[in-house]
Amino acid sequence: MTPSQNARPRGSDARIWTRLQPFVTTALVLGVIGIPLWLVVVTAGKSQGEALDPDLSLPTRWQLLENLSKVWVDGEVPAAFLGSLLVVVPTVAGVLTFGSMAAWILARRATRLNAVLYALAISGIVLPPAVVTVVLLLRQLGLAGSAVGMIGVYLGIYMSTVIFFVTGFVRTIPTALEEAAQIDGAGPFTVFRRVVLPMLRPVLATATILICLYVWNDVFYAFFVVGGRLDTLPLNLFRVASAGLYLNNWHLIFGYVVLMSLPLVVLLAVAQRRIISGITSGAVK
Amino acid sequence: MRLAEQTPVLERAAPRPTSRRGTTRRASGINRRTHPMWFMVPAFAILLVFFFLPTLYNFVYAFTDWSGFKSAINPTGLDNFTQLASDGTLFRAVRITIVYAVLVALFQNLFGFGLAVLLERDTRLNRVARIFFLVPVLMSALAVGYIFQALLKPEGSLNGLIGVIIGRTFDYAWLGDTTWSIVVVALIHAWKWMGLSMLIYLAGLKTIPEDMLEAARIDGASRWRTFWLIKSPLLAPAVTFNVATALLGSMNGFDIVQATTGGGPARTTEILNIFIYRTFGQGLFAQATAMSLVLFLLVALMAFPVIRTLRKREEIL
Repeated sequence: MTPSQNARPRGSDARIWTRLQPFVTTALVLGVIGIPLWLVVVTAGKSQGEALDPDLSLPTRWQLLENLSKVWVDGEVPAAFLGSLLVVVPTVAGVLTFGSMAAWILARRATRLNAVLYALAISGIVLPPAVVTVVLLLRQLGLAGSAVGMIGVYLGIYMSTVIFFVTGFVRTIPTALEEAAQIDGAGPFTVFRRVVLPMLRPVLATATILICLYVWNDVFYAFFVVGGRLDTLPLNLFRVASAGLYLNNWHLIFGYVVLMSLPLVVLLAVAQRRIISGITSGAVK
Repeated sequence: MRLAEQTPVLERAAPRPTSRRGTTRRASGINRRTHPMWFMVPAFAILLVFFFLPTLYNFVYAFTDWSGFKSAINPTGLDNFTQLASDGTLFRAVRITIVYAVLVALFQNLFGFGLAVLLERDTRLNRVARIFFLVPVLMSALAVGYIFQALLKPEGSLNGLIGVIIGRTFDYAWLGDTTWSIVVVALIHAWKWMGLSMLIYLAGLKTIPEDMLEAARIDGASRWRTFWLIKSPLLAPAVTFNVATALLGSMNGFDIVQATTGGGPARTTEILNIFIYRTFGQGLFAQATAMSLVLFLLVALMAFPVIRTLRKREEIL
């Protein structure tokens, strides 16, 4: 790292760097991000024969749509998409609602008991979930292999993250608005729903982005909890790829990657401002 | 912007709400009415059932012969651990996991920091570049693994490009080397997450007040000195967050290793989660649980010192 990289345009080396920086940036984007993404797109457009050894060459004949429609059917994309939604939506809704309810009390009632409870609640940020025994527990609860069990496991894993972020955020909000509502006779539930939740909007947006990303892309926990009994997009990608690596169906694997990543990439392109500021403000407030 | 104040990354003593007088009975009575404890019940019930209980089970079933081949579960003492230790699996998997985590934390922070410094100024090109570096963060780790498996095949594109540069065919098996594959996989992991580290470092750089830099410049500090004496200390919270999340996140890693090497060659990239997944699939539930307990203890032992030293560094600086 040269010091000139942080310089204002003063001094001669700074001026050189200001000229050079756009070229370095462009080269890095093309090389580091461009090449892998290019490989995905051109391979997804090739025939099986051409895609046997995936490389950076253009397909002789683009058959991207044919490949995508084959993946759509073989990879059972609609079912997997629904399965993913079925898990992601309740998880995010539940973890945000219950997490911020708990975080509000933890932030506002600074007792010794609550300090202990807070430490317990956020321990899950650091500690790894017990992925093997949770399967046993779900069997005992009669939730094994079900979407409900999967949602419960994700709720348990990401509750800590929400409580951590929201508690930190609530502590920075003055209590005056809440007190005003209380004087007007609002009960705790009304205060929470009408006053606190709207104020939490920025931190909840961040948490939503992060948890959506983690749950939407998760395959590890899904293997243990619902593997084979509920389709999600990553689980089906794994199935297509496990069969495909043997059959060398790189065109189908990368077709699936395109289908699976496209919604998120489009979302990023549309909402990049919010997403970027959301992630950064969540981490280093 | 809220970025202006640097709040700590992990728990720092709560600033007591000023409007509250603490623990007098009257105050806590009001508290009870306005902020009832039952609001915490759903969250803690979920945590208890789906997080703490399975974790407690870890401490029980690691010492049994639970398996997929019979219905009875009997205690066996330390058998699982002695068996895992005697055939070398235990220490190898632990060593590989730690090496992997350290390499990922190193690479991810180097890349993320480099990108943040490179893209610090708010030009249009830099904004577009930042979005491109975020694409891998959004993609599934499994997909990233497959992309690099294709890129790094002996007859793959990377070797092709190298071959063009050096002028002869090059067919190194990047993912087939028993010594270096772990480094390559860690590099892939760092590639996927470097965009997130970049954003957090950028946020850190943005919080540095302009007048502070102006003052340093007027005092005649060189850019190098400004960087080391003013910028880098103020980046401490970002470093803490990035190092801790990279280290702990990669100890929980799975997808990228599974998609690129599957734990091979010769099990040299078999991190704990790969082992857990494989043995669970074979029906050896007790062994998988024993390893899961090892991972839990390893992360717990590593997490607290790491976070404490980083936080202490933050306070000194």
